[in-house]
Amino acid sequence: MKSTKFTPARKLSKEEIDRKWWEIGDYFRRNSLWMLMYCTGCCAIELPPAMTSAYDMERLGMGPMATPRQADILLISGYLSVKSLRRVIYTYEQMSEPKYVVGLGSCPINGGIYHDSHAVINQLDQYIPVDTYVSGCMPNTESVMNGFVDLMEQIKNKTAKGWIKYKENNEWYKSNQMAALGEVIIHDEFHE
Amino acid sequence: MIVNILIGFGIAILGFVLQTSVAGVNRKIIGRLQKRYGPKWYQEFLDIFKLLSKRSISHGWIFDFGVIMALGGIIATAMFMPITNTFVAFAGYDNFFIFVYLLAVGMLGMAMSASGSGNPLASIGVMRALTTMLAYEVPFMIVVLTVIKLSGTSSMIGIGEFQQALGTNWFLIALPLGGIVAVISLMGMLGKKPFETYIAPAEIASGPMVEYGGKQLGMLFIMHEITVFIEVSLFVHIFLGGASNIFIFLIKYFVVYTVVNLISNVNGRFKIDQVVKFYYKWPLIMAVTQAIIAIYFGWVI
Repeated sequence: MKSTKFTPARKLSKEEIDRKWWEIGDYFRRNSLWMLMYCTGCCAIELPPAMTSAYDMERLGMGPMATPRQADILLISGYLSVKSLRRVIYTYEQMSEPKYVVGLGSCPINGGIYHDSHAVINQLDQYIPVDTYVSGCMPNTESVMNGFVDLMEQIKNKTAKGWIKYKENNEWYKSNQMAALGEVIIHDEFHE
Repeated sequence: MIVNILIGFGIAILGFVLQTSVAGVNRKIIGRLQKRYGPKWYQEFLDIFKLLSKRSISHGWIFDFGVIMALGGIIATAMFMPITNTFVAFAGYDNFFIFVYLLAVGMLGMAMSASGSGNPLASIGVMRALTTMLAYEVPFMIVVLTVIKLSGTSSMIGIGEFQQALGTNWFLIALPLGGIVAVISLMGMLGKKPFETYIAPAEIASGPMVEYGGKQLGMLFIMHEITVFIEVSLFVHIFLGGASNIFIFLIKYFVVYTVVNLISNVNGRFKIDQVVKFYYKWPLIMAVTQAIIAIYFGWVI
């Protein structure tokens, strides 16, 4: 109903105000996505053309970042060995919220050509929540860019909720991680 | 007094908005230089507001307090900055040495906060930043002291008006060697490419900023933009003849920042010992030569 002098605008509830602020934040977040690239697999070779003058990721406001604290996207490119999964989980938990995960190539989806290897994990989604997959072995640079645009759409439509899922289903993720790794805590000189 | 403080805050906010826009336009220019389309001109604003909208963690109260101290110190410094000959918040307090002292508050706040995070890369970055500061300050100070000796005042507006007077050139032209030294020192101050050693994203993971994320990083970005505003304005006032109205200031500001950025983007990165050696070799020799020529022989163009 339109508000007039005689029917003043209804007071917004706290949830509605929160949602409005969140929408404003989403506008900034989707236009300025900073990536932390976890380039273990061969798909990482598609990233230089995406970043440099051929496809120019920066026009979407995206850019590479040096540390997990500063980054919004964790980009898993290619296969993930069990050994590096430990580091990925550790990196993912360091990132500040809201955070998103993009899986590049077919290896994070179902194992790809390494599906029967004892050394790699097959489905990344079992261990950390993935928001966008870019399939292909390896994906074209256009589809990589398309994946990022898809992620922006998801943020706009509020469907990129992987980080909330990770918090809500933490036990399930933790048990999967334990099953793959034995334990998640890292033993080195910083964590003893 | 209240009005002066409000004008001071206005200058700080003007500096933030101006430098953020200029930096965004410069990202576009650099994009075109590299045959890219480049980001939107307001991309820097989006980045900063995004960072402020994120959730962030803390590493203890030193970590949080240092960020606030850095931002507060830099805003306090920017409040003293004259924009034109008459547009200044605290008339009579626009002395060069005020900026030198107050800039250190912000820098030390950031150093304290970064060390408070406990990350070894942050400590390395802070150490490198202070070493770089030690390197570029010496030649820059010699040149600025020469300028102060020649113009007979250390007030920024005074130096600007001295150059605007009939019969005197801008100090960039009047002291050609000193002008080159000043540009090189300005690049060090701004952390531009050959002297970007303390950021070094690929080497020490962005140095002092390594543990910042979310709101603290956003505040540090705001602090960085205002710092750049102060340093480029210092250069405009001391070497480019100040500004008699605000449009001249904006044009000079944009030109200085863009030129420095263009030089920066065709360069690689020095190691930290190369930075110190470089500054203590050529810029220092040139600065001393310029001081002797200008003060003892009186040869000023």
